[in-house]
Amino acid sequence: MSDTGVSIQPADVAVVPPPGLGETGGRGRSRRVAAGRNLLIRSLIPVILALIAGGVLLAILGRNPFTFYANIWQFGIQQGSWEDSAMRAAPLLLIGVGLTIVFRANIWNLGYDGQFLIGAALICGIAPHLTSVPNVVSLVVLFLVAMAAGAAWTIIPAFLKARYETNEIITTLMMSFIGVGVANLLVKGPFQDPTVNIPQTRVIPLDHMLPSIPGTRIHVGVLVALAAAFIAAFVLKRTAFGLRLHVLGANPRAAAHVGLNVRRLIVMAFLVSGALVGAAAAADILGVWGYMRANWNPGYGDTVIPFVFLARLNPLALIPYIAFFAVLSNGGDLAASNANLPTDFLLVLVALILLFMTVIEYFGRRHDLGGSYLTPGLRKALHVPLLRRRTAAEEPSR
Amino acid sequence: MSILHFAAASNIFSKAVLTSLVAGGLLAGVPLMFTALGETISERSGVLNLGLEGMMLLGAYVGFVVAYYVHSQTLGFVAGMAGGTLGGVIMVVLCVWLGLDQIVVGIAITLAGGGITSVLQGAQFGTSYPRLAAPATVSIPGLDKIPVLGPSLFNQPVLVYIGFALAGLLAWIYRKTNIGLNLRAAGEKPEALDAAGVSVVATRSWAALSTSALAGLGGAYLSIVSAGVFTPFMTQGQGYMAIVIAMLARGKPLWVVFGSFLFGISLSIATALQLAGVNISTDIVNTLPFVAIIVALLIFARRSYLPPALCLPYMRGAK
Repeated sequence: MSDTGVSIQPADVAVVPPPGLGETGGRGRSRRVAAGRNLLIRSLIPVILALIAGGVLLAILGRNPFTFYANIWQFGIQQGSWEDSAMRAAPLLLIGVGLTIVFRANIWNLGYDGQFLIGAALICGIAPHLTSVPNVVSLVVLFLVAMAAGAAWTIIPAFLKARYETNEIITTLMMSFIGVGVANLLVKGPFQDPTVNIPQTRVIPLDHMLPSIPGTRIHVGVLVALAAAFIAAFVLKRTAFGLRLHVLGANPRAAAHVGLNVRRLIVMAFLVSGALVGAAAAADILGVWGYMRANWNPGYGDTVIPFVFLARLNPLALIPYIAFFAVLSNGGDLAASNANLPTDFLLVLVALILLFMTVIEYFGRRHDLGGSYLTPGLRKALHVPLLRRRTAAEEPSR
Repeated sequence: MSILHFAAASNIFSKAVLTSLVAGGLLAGVPLMFTALGETISERSGVLNLGLEGMMLLGAYVGFVVAYYVHSQTLGFVAGMAGGTLGGVIMVVLCVWLGLDQIVVGIAITLAGGGITSVLQGAQFGTSYPRLAAPATVSIPGLDKIPVLGPSLFNQPVLVYIGFALAGLLAWIYRKTNIGLNLRAAGEKPEALDAAGVSVVATRSWAALSTSALAGLGGAYLSIVSAGVFTPFMTQGQGYMAIVIAMLARGKPLWVVFGSFLFGISLSIATALQLAGVNISTDIVNTLPFVAIIVALLIFARRSYLPPALCLPYMRGAK
C-alpha cells in the first residue's frame, strides 16, 4: 500500500488521524475544532448526497421523493415505531462491530450472510427444545451456540488465509453461499415444524424470547449490542490484542517482524467477527422473529458496510450511523411498499452512500496532501470569496 | 453395490440424461464463461472486479428489456453489453482514474446493480415476469449427429460459438501480442509498463471496460437465453463464481472455458437428475458449486495465482 495512495483500505482509515491541518494550521484548540469539523463534513456529506441522489432517482421513477422520505420518518420514528427501529439496530450494530474488528486487521470478512443464517437456523432448531430450562440459561446457551456457529463458519477462510494467503474475499463469499444453502436445508429438514406445510421452523414460545426493557417493547438484545460496541471500543483502543490487530492491519510484514504470531491473529480476528455476526442472529431471532422461514435472508451485512467505514472503524462512532440506518431501513420498508417499489431501493441508497464516501475520501485525501483536484485558477476563484467572508466574519469576534 | 443398483434402477447414465446434462451445463455455463473470460482481462491488468455480479445483473436487465421490446435478441445482447459497461465506467473512473479502493467500489457496484435492476423491474413489470421466446439455434451439419454431445454442443445460438472463438482469441492475445504483454505488465509491475512508455491507466481502463462488457453479455445471455425471463438477483452469486473460475484457471482462457462448463454442469445437475427420476433438494444443488469451489481452493490453494499489483491503484510517482 503506497503512502500517498488514496484507497481507503480499512487499516488506513483507522491509522490516519483526523485531517484538517491545512489552511487553519493554528495551535491546539482551533486545530482540533477544524479537525472535528472536517471529520464531520466527510462523514455526513456522503449520506446527504446519497439521499439527494436517491431522491432524484425516485423522481425519475415518477415517485414523490418528499413523500418517500416523509414516510420513512413517519414509519421509522413516529408513534412508537422508533422502538421497532431500535430493535432493528441490534443485529445491525453487532454485525457492524464484528466487521469493524476484522477490517481493523485489514481482513475482509464478506461471509456475514452465511454466518448469520447458520446461527439463526441453529437457534430456531434448538430453542424449542430448551423450554424446560430456566429462561436465563437457555438464552445464554442459545447466544453461545449462535456465536460458535458464526465463528465456525469463518474457520475455512481463516485457515486458507493464514496458511496459504488465499484471498479471503473469495473464500468468505463462497462460504456465505454455502451457509445460506445449509441454513435452508436445516430449516426444511430437521428443524421443520411438523404441524405446518410451509417450510419454517417451530415458533419459540414468547416467554422464552429475550425480555423487554421495562416500560418499552424493546428487547434487551439492543443493550447487548451496545455493550458489545463499548467493549470492542475498549479492546481495540486499550488492550494488546487491539494494538496487535492494528499492527497487522497496517503492515503484516512489520507485524511478523516484531514477533507477532500473524497466523494466529488472522484466525482470532476471523473468529471474533464470526462470533459477533452469530450474536447478531441470536439477538434478531430471539428478540424479534422467534422463528425462521426457508429462504429468509435479511441481508443486514451488505447494508452495514458503508457505515463501518464512515465510522472510521470506530465501534462507538458506529452507533449513531447504525441508529440512522435502522430508522432508514425500518421506515424504508413501509415507505417503499407505499411508493409501490421493491424494498431493494434501500440497497441503491446504501450503494450510493458507499460510492459518495469513496469519492469524498478521495477529495479529502488530496486536500490533506496539499494538492487539489481543481486547477490552480479554479482553486483561486473558489478560495478568494471564501477567505474574504471568513476574515470578515472572524474580525468582529476578536 | 447400492450405488450401482441405484444407477441402474434410475437409469442415471441413459443417453437422454447425459444429453440434458451437457445441454444444461452449456446453458448455465455460457454466462459464466463470458463473465469469467472478461474477468481474466481485468485481473491480468491488476483490477479485481468485485462488481461483476452487479454488472451481470445490469446486463441481464438491460438486455432483457431491449430484447423484450425490440423483439431482437441480437440487439438484446448488444444492449446487455452496454448495460454491463455502465457499471464498468463507474469502476474505471473511481478505481483506475482516481485510484479508489477496488473492493469498496466493487461492493457498491454489486449492491447498486442488484438494487436498481430490482427496482426498475418492479416499477416496470410489477409482479409479472414476462417471458421471451426460445432463441434461434444454429446447428453445425454433421457434428450435431454425434450422440450425447452433438445435439447439445453443436446446436446452439450463434453467440455460443462466438464465445468459444473469443476464448481462443483471448488466449492468442495473451500469448502472442503486445496487448497481452501490456496487460500482464500492468498487473505484474505497473511501474515497468509506465517506464516503457505505455499508459497504465489506459491499459487498465480498456481492460476493465472489456470485462464489464463481457459480464454484461454474460448476464444478457442468462436472462435472454438461459432463463428467458428477468427476475431480481437472478445471478445468485455467479459473478463471484466467475472470479473464482478465473482465479483457479490462473487467467488462462481455455481453462476458463473448461471450468465454466464444469460449474455449469453442477448448476444444472438438478434438471438432469430429475429426468433420471431422482429428486434432489434445490438447496443442495445450489450449494454444490460453492462447495466444489471451496474444496478446489483447499486442494489447489497454493496453485491459484493472482498478479502482485492486483487491487493496488497505480499513481504515477507514488511509492
